Amino acid sequence: MSDLVPFSDLLQFLVSGVTVGAVYALVALGFTIIYNASDVVNFAQGEFVMLGGMISVAAVSAGLPLPLAALIAIVITAAIGVALNTLAIEPARGAPVVSLIIITIGASIFIRGVTQIVFGKGTHRLPPFSGDAPLHLFGAAILPQSLWVVAGAVAIFVGLWLFFTRTLTGRAVLATSNNRLAAQLVGINTGFVMTLSFALSAGIGALAGVLITPITPTSFEVGITLALKGFAAAMLGGMGNPKGALAGGLLLGLLEALTAGYLSSHYKDAVAFFVILVVLFAFPRGLYGSNPTERV
Amino acid sequence: MKRIAAGVLALGLMATTASADIKIGAIVAETGPASALGDPEAKTIRMMVDALNAKGGIKGEKVRLVLYDDGADPSKAKTFATRLVEDDEVVAMVGGTTSGSSMAILAVAEEAKVPFISLAGAIEIIDPVKPYVFKTPHTDRMACLKIFADMKARGLTKVGLISGTDGFGASMRVQCLAVAKASGIEIVADETYGPKDADMTPQLINMRNTPGIQAILNSGFGQGPATITRNHQQIGLTLPLYQSHGVASNAFIELAGAKTAEGVRLPGTALLVGELLSPDDPQKPVVLAYKASFEAAAGAPVSTFGGYAHDAMRILIDAMGRASSSKPAALRDAIEATSGLVGTTGTYSYSPTDHLGLDLSAFRILEIRDGGWKLVN
Repeated sequence: MSDLVPFSDLLQFLVSGVTVGAVYALVALGFTIIYNASDVVNFAQGEFVMLGGMISVAAVSAGLPLPLAALIAIVITAAIGVALNTLAIEPARGAPVVSLIIITIGASIFIRGVTQIVFGKGTHRLPPFSGDAPLHLFGAAILPQSLWVVAGAVAIFVGLWLFFTRTLTGRAVLATSNNRLAAQLVGINTGFVMTLSFALSAGIGALAGVLITPITPTSFEVGITLALKGFAAAMLGGMGNPKGALAGGLLLGLLEALTAGYLSSHYKDAVAFFVILVVLFAFPRGLYGSNPTERV
Repeated sequence: MKRIAAGVLALGLMATTASADIKIGAIVAETGPASALGDPEAKTIRMMVDALNAKGGIKGEKVRLVLYDDGADPSKAKTFATRLVEDDEVVAMVGGTTSGSSMAILAVAEEAKVPFISLAGAIEIIDPVKPYVFKTPHTDRMACLKIFADMKARGLTKVGLISGTDGFGASMRVQCLAVAKASGIEIVADETYGPKDADMTPQLINMRNTPGIQAILNSGFGQGPATITRNHQQIGLTLPLYQSHGVASNAFIELAGAKTAEGVRLPGTALLVGELLSPDDPQKPVVLAYKASFEAAAGAPVSTFGGYAHDAMRILIDAMGRASSSKPAALRDAIEATSGLVGTTGTYSYSPTDHLGLDLSAFRILEIRDGGWKLVN
């Protein structure tokens, strides 16, 4: 059957896979900074994405133009990220990483609850940035918003890559992660690094939320699913590496779309997670994960 | 002598305070993943109890409501149901927003012999019939039958089914597959998607490539149906698209986009199209009255789910008025004797063999036109 499906269908499956994959990649990219600064997998990352969507929806429906609404959403979410660090993570400094991860899970439940009270329980969508009319490419239909999401994922990836490899602050973040005490001894303000990483992670999460809300509607509870898929993508690509987040997200999206297209939509998630398991058996730190010996 | 008199007086006072209130219980998912359903249900139940007491209650006795929020968690629902019958000693229960919670509550209700009116969809709640359990929403099977009847009338008999993998989508998929053949419908494609997936074009492409396919039916709830409607337009599908009663609300049109959703059909209740009903429709005054009072009290548009709670309360209040006493067993008999009660969802007539009380006429096939609803006859 599959060899009868024409080329344009394959192209449509790829478009679908890249769209979904870029959503996963956007969420996965948000995990990298906090992980790099503190080895903590921040399970409230999905809530940052949700907040970006919900706050911008509220601002747009209050009559603000979209760019301003997006900016407000990013700034508020970044402030919430800083508050999370100051109020919950910083006081528990010295606790094992597992405890910190559990604190982020608690924070995510708290954020979800407050969002439900402030913004209500309904599901909302932002209008697409460049209209609803699909573009046609060799018989495949692409929504303009998909291009925005892909462009956003690539832009954040490039930004993060430059940040970690080219800037002193980015290297200070990596140094803090490797050895906090040594970093302090060479004059890095590790407290500031932590504040900065939470602000950046939350801001990136919020930007992701603004970009994807025209494609996948938002409500107070979308954060869990997004965080789960984004986390899977980040693990697949290698936790902490922006390249890994991008590759992992796209790979996961493409696997789901091609399985749904050529095998059966019933096995879509099963096949994707099976491949993740196989990859992690072969590369326990993910495709672009750092060398495991460094932590000895 | 004086002391005895005082004792008798005290006993008498106790007896009057004890019988002054009729206690009814409610368990709904006011928060949690089903809160979009449970929230209007809770508001409706509170509003109707207040209105009832303002009018003097039942035969001069005030009704007291004990409402618990189970957060759509069946094990919490079971705990609260036990508390309602053992500690609060309610005479009847309403609620069970999700089918899971309803199944948990009904086990307690049956054991304690306290009547329970469920607000959830699953057919298992009232099939087989359990003496103390009733429900107000139509079943998924009825939605399938109604949709298939409309398809048949349009000459569409080869249908592709796409379902969410969540509880609602999976349950309706099974029911639709079960009744398709008897309705003269052939299911030529059977696809699924995750309830929060961002894109369903691969599934729709495969349906488009299925030979002979004439229409698409999406059994889904939440945001999935909105995404499918947009994908349907994105890849330029011209096959008629049917959605389920799970998204029969104005929020769906908003999420999918008015232009994108143009022409989509779904089975809904009269509540959605109150103004469009003909003046001699018996449901019209009921629907408009509930809409007006809910929107004034809650400041939000009515939803089908609040309507289920409204109907359950109407049935319960009507039964309390007719029952020989406010004992649970007498109430149960009165509920079962409900006949021709007009609600927002449909007209209810219960019997010892039917604790759903609705027929297919309760559903109306609606079509989305110019961002609003149109009745299809």
